[in-house]
Amino acid sequence: MQTVDRDLVSSRAPSARSRAPTTRGTLLGRYGELALAGATALVMLLAIGMAFFYAPPEAVQGNVQRIEYIHVPIAWTAFLAFFIVFVASALYLWRKDERWDWLARSGAEIGTIFTTLALITGSLWGRPVWGAWWAWDARMTTTLILWFIYVGYLLLRSYTGRSAAGARAAAVLGIVGFVDVPIDYLSVTWWRTLHPALQLPLGQQAQAPASVVVTLMVALAAFTLLFGYLLLLVYRLQRLQSEALRLRARAELDG
Amino acid sequence: MSNTRLFWEQTLAILWKDVRCELRTRQIWLAMGMFALLTLVVFNFAFDLRVDNQTAVAPGALWIAFVFASTLGLGRTMAAEQEQGAMDRLLLCPVDRKAIFAAKLLGNLVFIGAVEVVAVPVFAAIYNVPVVTVAVLPILALGTLGIASLGTLFAAITANTRAREVLLPILVFPLLVPVVIGAVKATQGMIDPAGGEPPWLGLIAAFDVIFLSIAAVTFRYVIEE
Repeated sequence: MQTVDRDLVSSRAPSARSRAPTTRGTLLGRYGELALAGATALVMLLAIGMAFFYAPPEAVQGNVQRIEYIHVPIAWTAFLAFFIVFVASALYLWRKDERWDWLARSGAEIGTIFTTLALITGSLWGRPVWGAWWAWDARMTTTLILWFIYVGYLLLRSYTGRSAAGARAAAVLGIVGFVDVPIDYLSVTWWRTLHPALQLPLGQQAQAPASVVVTLMVALAAFTLLFGYLLLLVYRLQRLQSEALRLRARAELDG
Repeated sequence: MSNTRLFWEQTLAILWKDVRCELRTRQIWLAMGMFALLTLVVFNFAFDLRVDNQTAVAPGALWIAFVFASTLGLGRTMAAEQEQGAMDRLLLCPVDRKAIFAAKLLGNLVFIGAVEVVAVPVFAAIYNVPVVTVAVLPILALGTLGIASLGTLFAAITANTRAREVLLPILVFPLLVPVVIGAVKATQGMIDPAGGEPPWLGLIAAFDVIFLSIAAVTFRYVIEE
């Protein structure tokens, strides 16, 4: 415990005392955050309304296809989150500024939740359409492996605690994990070449009517906004947890 | 003395230390070898091996045995450094961090290679598949390099944590999926050549190059205190 404490105190980040407690260290100001929350709620309501009342039912799948307006944006958000983990991890190793580490950690937490949701919604859609909850299709397999990688990332974080060494180790995993994804996708696609291609929801976009495309775009915007808002909240939580630990360590060292 | 020569002298010194240590205790090699053989035997029961499903099942069993046995040994090589505080002393020496990585990687390649030298003939015998050929060498070499390059990096990461034996496979297995798929498929293609197979060896080679470069660059961030 003692080594971790010293590590926290001697961290190169600006000390907690020199920083104003509420506004600095968040990504947006207080009003920016409120505005983002409002915009997220509005666009999300619009997206849900459009998914149910504006977009037409699909010719073959019927209403089942409407889950696509949630599933696709969730999957997109998960990939965006892991891209942020990758960039923030690289910047952390380069600049040694713990704010990049908070960002990477926030991205990984949200990304893992969204990957879980993408797997669940995909499964819910696959059951009525394919007749199976799961198929070892290239995209699904890659997403599942991605899920394992980032659950591993969160496990590593919980095992190493809030230390600079733990943050560096996690940053390395954040980089390696993201670089692995394209090779993984390629290998799984090759592995499955002999099997009949499964019809994926995105494959039908080419001949889809405009209302479907518009609804999907609004849903994408809604989930991206939601992701941004969640990222702000989780980032602030990371900052506060680090600062609380640091204050406690300092109090213990002062006696 | 030129930098390259110094680098290799340092690398070989650390490598020789690890190999000598292992020759005296024989902890890692024996455990890895026994584990690999046991996995091969257990898979034999698990898949109810017959002549008609041999080609499909046998290469998978072989590579899973290697991956499992490797993680066992990879964890030990770094843990041994940590236990006696040897890593701190190594870091205090004026040694290039890349030399430490190169030595650890070569050491792991030597240990896994030694296991493979024994396990592959045994595998060929008990699974009755013709794998003791020259064609298997590039598959083994590239696959092992992939396992070892990621494994060395992650053994260093998990060596500092509580519960490192648990964490190492959890972190490494998902990342190694491309190598496992490529190696299994390449081995299958070697036993039973089918036309129009994708270039599996090229896939493993690309994986090796990418992860060797990343591991060589990021290793120093992992071991620094």
